[in-house]
Amino acid sequence: MHKQATGEEGRLLLGFIWKYRTLYLLSIPGILYFLVFKYVPLLGSVIAFQNYNLFAGFGGSQWVGFEHFERMFQHYDFLRILKNTLVLGALDILIAFTAPIVLALLLNEVRLVLYKKIVQTIVYAPHFLSWVIVSGIFAGMLSPTSGIVNVIIGWFGVEPIYFLGENSYIRAILVGSGLWRDVGWGTIIYLAALTGINPELYEASEIDGAGRWKQTLKITLPSLLPVITVLFLLKIGDFMDYGFERVFVFQNPLNITDSEILDTYIYKAGLKQMQYSYATAIGLFKSVVGLFLLVIANALSRKATGESLY
Amino acid sequence: MIRREHWSRKGFLAANYIGLTGLSLTMLLPFLNVIAQSLSGAAAIDRGDVMFWPVDFTLNYYRYVFDDISIWRAFGITVYITVVGTLINLTFTSSLAYPLSRTEYVGRKYVLLFILMTMIFTAPLIPQFMLMREIRLINTLWALMIPTAISAFNLIVLRSFFAQIPAELIDSARMDGCGELRILWSLMLPLSKPALATVGIFYSVTNWNKYMDALYYLNDRRLYPLQVKLRELLINDDLVDTGNLPFDIASQSVQGVQMAVILVATLPIIMLYPFMQRYFIKGMLIGSIKS
Repeated sequence: MHKQATGEEGRLLLGFIWKYRTLYLLSIPGILYFLVFKYVPLLGSVIAFQNYNLFAGFGGSQWVGFEHFERMFQHYDFLRILKNTLVLGALDILIAFTAPIVLALLLNEVRLVLYKKIVQTIVYAPHFLSWVIVSGIFAGMLSPTSGIVNVIIGWFGVEPIYFLGENSYIRAILVGSGLWRDVGWGTIIYLAALTGINPELYEASEIDGAGRWKQTLKITLPSLLPVITVLFLLKIGDFMDYGFERVFVFQNPLNITDSEILDTYIYKAGLKQMQYSYATAIGLFKSVVGLFLLVIANALSRKATGESLY
Repeated sequence: MIRREHWSRKGFLAANYIGLTGLSLTMLLPFLNVIAQSLSGAAAIDRGDVMFWPVDFTLNYYRYVFDDISIWRAFGITVYITVVGTLINLTFTSSLAYPLSRTEYVGRKYVLLFILMTMIFTAPLIPQFMLMREIRLINTLWALMIPTAISAFNLIVLRSFFAQIPAELIDSARMDGCGELRILWSLMLPLSKPALATVGIFYSVTNWNKYMDALYYLNDRRLYPLQVKLRELLINDDLVDTGNLPFDIASQSVQGVQMAVILVATLPIIMLYPFMQRYFIKGMLIGSIKS
């Protein structure tokens, strides 16, 4: 009896699918795209455990277990690069993650609609520039001979500084340029969440004698908390992904000690020096750490705030 | 007490307006500096006299940029991958987003999960590169367009928009004998113009700014898009060392040329920006709320 029913359901389902077959056919190219370009390379990561040989291919290459991972940790350069990646990741969370929240709160206090619109238009704009352009603008402004920054500090009697040519400035430049490009863009989602707050909450608290500052602490921030949590979790998942491009465009031989990160190192070790398996091992390590952080942060956040990604 | 509150509030507001104005200037002034330098005489730039207004006005750098055939070629390639690439993006994205927005599509939850997973697990660079070599996309412009055909984020934006369109509308179209393709083409897509514009803008900016993929997958310098060409011109030392400069360094400023190139490469985006702005905020919101 039971079997018969499921058989019937199955037939019904098949009939249903057949009826809407165009829908399914339509979705095939897109699904294939994800399969080929996202999942196949993921499987290809197995070469991290091989001594991948171009001519032998996956099947013919020798399996070496965790050899490449061991080599990675023994390499003294690797630890420095890992440290750079972690420091930049931490700075990014500390500064680049919190700045848009603060900016959104400040923009929210503005009552002149036109002024607010103008400020928003201006602060969103840099987001659409490529990192190459951003690096060009910053390199121009920081140039020791003609850059505007050196001209201005020159007025105060400071000798010209070759900012991009010194390790000690590169992190500040990376974080600063990222902030310049993306701080405004980051506010969009918070501003949207702010417009969703029930105005009655504010009216009620005003009657209770709460000032703007108290309202911000007791109403505004708690209302933003779900959005902040979700974005924070996503950010944590990307902790090791400071981004190849934004670092690579600022790199030069003079600042490389502090600016080399895992992504740029993978590019050089992998594509330039063709150490395929070694570079894949580093890439895999990076993904696994990111995933691990995401899972931990998600569990912690579920306990602490009740918000979680999944 | 009330009076003090009042004054502190006014003080805060004043500080806020000053701060936000300062921030806006910080965003704007670098642009003005770039424009001013691209239009100033070499000597004035080197003396550090150029702030936000051109000194010893000249169009020499632009003349140099426009005379350089390799810059034109790179510009053409970028226009090509922006136009063709964005068409590919929109075709692939909408043909997957539409089925996934319909309740008739059994198992759409699993397909969505399958797609969202790719946002969390990303494959390392080398296996991606090897795939590209295996399917012979290395050193072709397809390498800049095919592997980025669908962005999961944009797919979700478009899917959410499609899902808002009332099912009754689609049912009645079916009643009139429209097939699914016809419904997508003559009903959904025209109704979704704002969403398509948003997603199209995101895609075209990405395509216009493409740099990394070109670095990974192209060896042939003649295929380099504008951003890679730009990067070459921006590395000061290279310019001077290889003697790439066709003009006398003394009479022209390398920095002036660089700033002119930056402007030429940014101009299309700056010109599009006012039109873009109408859409992208809405698009951002649909995308982020649903995900």
